[in-house]
Amino acid sequence: MSIQNIDLPPSVTIEKADDESEEYIMNIGPQHPSTHGVLRLVAKLDGEYIKEIVPVLGYIHRGIEKMGESQTYVQYIHLTDRMDYLASHFNNLCICLTIEKAMDIGVPERAEYIRVIVCELQRIESHLLWWGVLGMDLGAITAFLYGFREREMIADIFDELCGARLTTNYFRPGGSFADIPDTFIPRVNSFLDQMEKMIVEYDTLLTNNIILHERTKGVGILSKEKAVAFGCTGPFARGSGVDFDLRKHAPYSVYDRFDFDVPLGKVGDSFDRYMVRMLEIRESIKIIKQAIKGLPDGPYRSKELGSYKLPKGSYYAEVETPRGIFSNYMVATGKSQNPYRVKNRSPGFSNLSVMNELAKGLKLADLITIMSTMDLVIPDIDR
Amino acid sequence: MAKEELAKNSLEALKNADQHPVGDVIRKYFSENFENEFIAHVFSSSSNILLSILVMTAFAGGTASFLIWLERKVCARMQVRLGPTRVGPFGLLQSIADGIKLVFKEMLRPKGADPFIFYLAPFLPATASFLVLAVIPFDKNIQVVDIDVGALYVIAVSGFGIFGILLGGWASNSKYSLLGAMRAGAQMISYEISVGLGLLLIVMLSGETSLREIVFSQYGTVNNWWIFKLPIFGIIAFILFLISSTAELNRGPFDLPEAESELSAGFHTEYSGITFSMFFLAEFINMFIAGAIGTTFFLGGFLPFTIGIEGFDNIMFMIPGWAWFFAKTYFIIFLFMWFRWSFPRPRIDQLMNLEWKFMLPANLLNIIIAGAFLTLGWLL
Repeated sequence: MSIQNIDLPPSVTIEKADDESEEYIMNIGPQHPSTHGVLRLVAKLDGEYIKEIVPVLGYIHRGIEKMGESQTYVQYIHLTDRMDYLASHFNNLCICLTIEKAMDIGVPERAEYIRVIVCELQRIESHLLWWGVLGMDLGAITAFLYGFREREMIADIFDELCGARLTTNYFRPGGSFADIPDTFIPRVNSFLDQMEKMIVEYDTLLTNNIILHERTKGVGILSKEKAVAFGCTGPFARGSGVDFDLRKHAPYSVYDRFDFDVPLGKVGDSFDRYMVRMLEIRESIKIIKQAIKGLPDGPYRSKELGSYKLPKGSYYAEVETPRGIFSNYMVATGKSQNPYRVKNRSPGFSNLSVMNELAKGLKLADLITIMSTMDLVIPDIDR
Repeated sequence: MAKEELAKNSLEALKNADQHPVGDVIRKYFSENFENEFIAHVFSSSSNILLSILVMTAFAGGTASFLIWLERKVCARMQVRLGPTRVGPFGLLQSIADGIKLVFKEMLRPKGADPFIFYLAPFLPATASFLVLAVIPFDKNIQVVDIDVGALYVIAVSGFGIFGILLGGWASNSKYSLLGAMRAGAQMISYEISVGLGLLLIVMLSGETSLREIVFSQYGTVNNWWIFKLPIFGIIAFILFLISSTAELNRGPFDLPEAESELSAGFHTEYSGITFSMFFLAEFINMFIAGAIGTTFFLGGFLPFTIGIEGFDNIMFMIPGWAWFFAKTYFIIFLFMWFRWSFPRPRIDQLMNLEWKFMLPANLLNIIIAGAFLTLGWLL
């Protein structure tokens, strides 16, 4: 087979294999079933073996941070829905936390509890989608539809809560734009009952499957040191035994009031990352149950201000999304209603950077396994 | 076994049943209904082969479109969905609608692809599967041709299909296709050994290679089916046959050559329209053939489910043989579908390990043990 010349971006320093060599370059993406978006991986392969992987970004770059500079602080919240669209509540919350920190806005007790319930619901939703998609990536297509069956219930709950299933735009500085509807708590309860039953079914279908064990155990081992060195966060790093969860170790909102564990992996292979996420679903159920029990009455939002103008300075807030640490850094001049500069840290970007280290020397199929256990959301990486 | 009342169902009676070639059946029907001389001439016995080809091709097309519908329905039910419901009753005409769409679609050829091989390749697997259909005994008197070396013919001709996949993947000038074709080549050649050994076991036990005779060697009660006749080993052989034929068929969980999450569509990435649908057609006819071979070799083919109680057996014999054949075949096909929609896909090296380190030794061991049973006369 002739080696076709692929236009490589100048930043990519992958050396082209010569005609004598067995090595060849293959583009995985930007249109590929398992990149889940428009990620492009330039892969240097030798048969089925991977020699080098270089991720190429920018195919869905919309310049959200730059757009934020011409929006008011509150308007910027809805833009963040479009970053990590599977964790839009978390992104919204992060912007709200920044504004609250800067302007010293207090949040009523009830609003805090609503935030915790909604966020943990979304964590389950995101993990369910990841679980289904992992199944599909490994060839178990039925898992995909089972995951979506329960995810649909959460999406419906969000639909009733704020009118949107994906781009929620629910939180505001000081609380949220509306109180929870009367049917919210019963629906969440019935979802939790269903979920506890179904998670057993998930284990039967996929977790205990020997082929899944074969495909994930010992594949893509990420050491604890490397995870820290590459700035990996979230379940991806916790699978390697990095005991760091913002909810536990630097609690925001009212997470310090709940009793939950942070699941950790031992080996750091794909199976550990899988198990960490499966256990996190159970922990989230635990948190939601406690939050529903302790949900107080009262206002759902502190007094709404006419305009949110941050005082001069720079402000930072971070949240633990289903994929890791999402943070927001805003520089305010104190004179205008717009931020002077916005920068978001997305968990997927740092996690993706370790791809080459993990996939080198493995087979093409292992690359797909590693990619699905990374739980990438490309618009979050590109922004 | 053959008592007076059961005489018409006795082995001899079944064996001596008028053996119509498929063409004869059709010809008989038409010559009875048409008195026109020309039509009588067209349907004369000299046109038997042409008629058989026509009928089997139509049968293959019908089976494939039915199987596509069945697969979609079965997987939908397993996945809490409805499947096709719009076109025709229960969506039965859906695959015909899809087929028409595929026929009228443009056949795209990627730049740099070898036109001759690229367009030739899709028709090879379909040809191979059409050829195998010729020796399948659908009933005691329905079979296109009963050749003495039927078992060898099945193994030889079904192995021919791999050429189409290899050539198609090679000629596409696409890396995904090439990787898929290489995987297909490695996988199908490896698993053919296991399928062959599985069939060899039955050939050895029954002492027959004609497919019709192999079915008759299982005459009697259900205990005489080869799956149950060998204690435990028959079932092991059947399970090994199921696994290896799933891999041979390139079906999930062993669908590595077209692993859509890794290679987008594997060897048929670059194919569209009728060329793609020929690959698809071959895949589904092959599934039917695998089910039919499994039925013939292990589940007693067109013989009914009898338990040795006269009244019950008589009722069972009233159900025609082809109905038994299709019931058993579709049972195996359902198993194939069940596997596909439940399991994740192994990696290529794990698949090879499964064959060479587990399936092949297990099959050989099975043959040795069965041979010992045969020589010692321990068969039930």
